[in-house]
Amino acid sequence: MTAVLTPTTHRPAPPSAARIALSRVRLELRLFFRERQQVVFSFAYPVVMLLIFASIMGDEERPGQVPFAQYFLAGIVATGIMLTSFQAVGTSIAAQREAGQLERLQLLGTPPVAYFAGKAGQVLVTAAAQVALLLPVARYVYDVPMPVDVGHWLTFLWVAGLSALAGTVLGVAVSALPGNATATTTAVSALAIVLQFFSGVFFGFLELPGWMQQMASFFPLKWMTQGMRSVFLPDQAGAFEIAGGWEHGKTALVLAAWVIIGVVICVRTFRWRRSEG
Amino acid sequence: MTTTETAPLPLGTGEHQPAVTVRGLVKRYGGRAVLDGLDLEVRAGECFALLGPNGAGKTTTVEILEGVRRRDAGDVRVLGQDPAVAGRRWRDRIGVVSQGEAAGQELTVREALDHFAGYHAVPQPTDELLAAVDLEESARTRVVRLSGGQRRRLAVALGVQGRPELVFLDEPTTGMDPVARRQFWELIRGLRAGGTTVLLTTHYLDEAATLADRVGVVSGGRLVEVAPPDELGAALRGTATVTWTEHGRRRQVRTGAPSAVLRDLLAADPHGEVAGLTVTRPGLEDVYLQLVGAVPTDSEGELR
Repeated sequence: MTAVLTPTTHRPAPPSAARIALSRVRLELRLFFRERQQVVFSFAYPVVMLLIFASIMGDEERPGQVPFAQYFLAGIVATGIMLTSFQAVGTSIAAQREAGQLERLQLLGTPPVAYFAGKAGQVLVTAAAQVALLLPVARYVYDVPMPVDVGHWLTFLWVAGLSALAGTVLGVAVSALPGNATATTTAVSALAIVLQFFSGVFFGFLELPGWMQQMASFFPLKWMTQGMRSVFLPDQAGAFEIAGGWEHGKTALVLAAWVIIGVVICVRTFRWRRSEG
Repeated sequence: MTTTETAPLPLGTGEHQPAVTVRGLVKRYGGRAVLDGLDLEVRAGECFALLGPNGAGKTTTVEILEGVRRRDAGDVRVLGQDPAVAGRRWRDRIGVVSQGEAAGQELTVREALDHFAGYHAVPQPTDELLAAVDLEESARTRVVRLSGGQRRRLAVALGVQGRPELVFLDEPTTGMDPVARRQFWELIRGLRAGGTTVLLTTHYLDEAATLADRVGVVSGGRLVEVAPPDELGAALRGTATVTWTEHGRRRQVRTGAPSAVLRDLLAADPHGEVAGLTVTRPGLEDVYLQLVGAVPTDSEGELR
């Protein structure tokens, strides 16, 4: 036994940040799918909601003769991305910090960028898997038409990508909130639920009270759902948006602004340890 | 000219270069000095125990040495570098057995070890680590289902995975049952025997006495004494306590010359028996308590 644990002198440089990031993506994915709470409330939630709401409200229509399931798909895709990015990242970082796992990463000299890249990679894979589950259910169970051309799919890609990025950096940012991990989880989940109602995921955005619309406009989810509606709804439905169109430019601008805000907060507030002495 | 055969020096350390050197270390929290001019030297290859009551500054000292806490003043060198600015190459040379959760609860022991191997330049192979900490049978068990002792052993495995030259253990056996503690001590002895420098903090005297080559006592933010465990507080140990019963009353004398006191006592009644006669010297615990100021350091003389 004693001979086994010996130090070494021949020590090349430690593995690169990129290699650690890659192995962190695998680790985070493994941990994500072994964590029941994450799987239920982040990963499976949109599919369950689609099944429930589309079954109950199947006959209703949204402005512009859009079947409910089609309208709802756009909102729940955006919600799913918010949950797998913002909610999953925010709650898991708070929990990992509280358990002392981040402290250990710091002691190992883990480059922060490798840690964040691990989170981002995990978000990308889980969000893609979630969409891959959600779209066939919508298509084959509720006859929701899929995007008609490459242009719409490209819109889908940039809206989804920018949304996931904004969600991830804001998740990292929100994990720095004071208080324990349970408090962070509660705050994040509550915010996520309120935003879903405010941002027109369940109800047509036009039907919401004005103050609710204005408040929602500050947050990314409203723009994420609007972007997704431009992907999944017929083009003429854009006339029923508040601005009378899809506002792609403004959507990209707002989401990009949130990415920048999130990065600034992360850089200023991220910490490995529970509290700074 | 004579040559002397010397045992090979621990790897990675130059001759005469201590593993840790600290001069005048100061750390304040909100104006209150937790460390108030602490000096410390840990020799390469030794096991050094920092002993002190809770709040004495042990953990703060170790965190500064690990480079995860900033200091307010003082010079610190760990493996030749200033931990406050040292980079990843330096980090890879130190190992930390931390109190916190080592890895995700839902990972198996082997998964955790395999993953964290990827952070080190020259990781110890997982199978060797499992054997070293006696966790081979639990390799496929998830961390959440390990016993407390098994978790601590996993923490050791992760702490030494990068083949560090210096290992920090902060109160490693707190909360362990006696059997697990003894197994843990064997592990640390194994580390030291392999040439690794070990710096551990503890508030258990027996732990310091059994493991450490030298013990440093921290009190009030300073190192008040450094010595091998059985020489700790040499000045205090020189004082013996002679106790006996006289006319139904307990009498007690503290003295540096107990033989003289005894001679006087025996001479007073050459044929009788001195009732209840004892001569005691302070043990490690008595010395320690006096060093950290938990009991007053009495001057010689008669008491009560």
